[in-house]
Amino acid sequence: MTTLVIAEHDNAQLKGATLNTIAAAAKLGGDVHVLVAGSNAKAVADEAAQAAGVTKVILADAPQLAEGLAENLAAQVLAVASNYSHILFPATASGKNVAPRVAAKLDVAQISDIIGVESADTFQRPIYAGNAIATVQSADAVKIITVRTTGFDAVAATGGSAAVETIEAVADSGKSSFVGREVAKSDRPELAGARVVVSGGRGLGSAENFKILDPLADKLGAALGASRAAVDAGYAPNDWQVGQTGKIVAPQLYVAIGISGAIQHLAGMKDSKVIVAVNKDPEAPIFGVADYGLVGDLFTVVPELTSAL
Amino acid sequence: MKVLVPVKRVVDYNVKVRVKSDQTGVDIANVKMSMNPFDEIAVEEATRLKEKGGATEVIAVSCGVAQCQETLRTAMAIGADRGILVQTDAELQPLAVAKLLKGLVEKEQPQLVILGKQAIDDDANQTGQMLAALLDWPQATFASKVEVAGDSVTVTREVDGGLETIKLSLPAIITTDLRLNEPRYVTLPNIMKAKKKQLDTVTPEDLGVDPAPRLKTLKVSEPPARKAGIKVPDVAALVDKLKNEAKVI
Repeated sequence: MTTLVIAEHDNAQLKGATLNTIAAAAKLGGDVHVLVAGSNAKAVADEAAQAAGVTKVILADAPQLAEGLAENLAAQVLAVASNYSHILFPATASGKNVAPRVAAKLDVAQISDIIGVESADTFQRPIYAGNAIATVQSADAVKIITVRTTGFDAVAATGGSAAVETIEAVADSGKSSFVGREVAKSDRPELAGARVVVSGGRGLGSAENFKILDPLADKLGAALGASRAAVDAGYAPNDWQVGQTGKIVAPQLYVAIGISGAIQHLAGMKDSKVIVAVNKDPEAPIFGVADYGLVGDLFTVVPELTSAL
Repeated sequence: MKVLVPVKRVVDYNVKVRVKSDQTGVDIANVKMSMNPFDEIAVEEATRLKEKGGATEVIAVSCGVAQCQETLRTAMAIGADRGILVQTDAELQPLAVAKLLKGLVEKEQPQLVILGKQAIDDDANQTGQMLAALLDWPQATFASKVEVAGDSVTVTREVDGGLETIKLSLPAIITTDLRLNEPRYVTLPNIMKAKKKQLDTVTPEDLGVDPAPRLKTLKVSEPPARKAGIKVPDVAALVDKLKNEAKVI
């Protein structure tokens, strides 16, 4: 039994989500290989080779793999799929994009967003915005799985010494092409893996007011997040959305400012270790999951909290 | 250009579901059912394409029990021209739905299929990508902007860290994200008109698909409950708790 983990990376660095996915793979038992499909991505393969528990890294390096286009990436995974009993992707935008394509081509079910491994064929996954946990069993010959990264503690990034094997890259599908990317440059940690997250909701009232969270996030070394209401209203960018269909986070500290706490939002953050909520409505559902709730006007509380830290 | 829009009947997003005491699933008896919100965005997008002259016909399709007809009527009230129900009482999982949809695509020959990125019941996020794979079509998931021009479509996608734009040759698959559009309010006259639109019913057998589930659900349980926290009176007390009790700062 050997498991293949599909690496998440930007051709320069291995993303942290890969280490959580390797941790899930380790729970299955057997060898763990990592596939790095990219362009000029040798450095990523070398990094993956050092991750604890990895026994082999496979590198497919070609220009058509540079941008993670689903058609090409899925074909690359399929090219090696027959060697594996399990193929694991992190449940990131990229993993969610590609994994079902691989599963359908192999005519097997996909098990999405697992948070627990019971055995080599039985897994736990949240359904209904995390309001229920399903335990599912797969009888398929190969298990295609996406891993909710907050469900598994990352393996150590160093300590391993796997060999890197280069394989031939698949040809370009010719059906899709990359046009461009708008990625906001930020000195803050990545939302999905941050130790502290400060999130704002509709209570902030405007994009201008949202900036009140910046100094607080700076003090805490936090990533910034937002509720769907705040994103829909244009207060915060799309990729800040925390919730059922946005980012799932589980930081050490989650600070919810002016967020009422719709179940869809709670689904994205209720596994945080410590939750702080600031809201002027004492009945807001967010207080139902908060370890520490402070009822008050956020425009007073946030500056006060920032200077108290 | 025909556009196919699959829609799913799900428990309404405002309903907080309860796990059955025998752990066989969640209790959906007597709860409000609605169209999956992402599918509503898909119907709206297809309708706008038609209104702008980019699409000639919008066909809504659904797979499941007879009551899915209501979901199809809602899609037709938003703007779909007709509906097709693949009727079955079987439990449907994403791979089976993708196979059923492939059968309909082969019959109807659309150039574009627009689906919701994920259904809010099983939260699988698979069907669109699986359909793309089965048809060997290119895909653009999590779309926040769609522009059709000639024989290609340019799609802006919501990805980790920002937005990405890709170009696909048609025919293609698109799945919707939240910011693609805001679905219109369905008016009573349009609901009445939708009742007169054509709605055909087929079966999985007609499409030559065995919809048997591949994953077996062994049990469905409550998530671990978070224990209730406390209210603190002021910022000083909060900082004290975070430093000395939770020790997270």
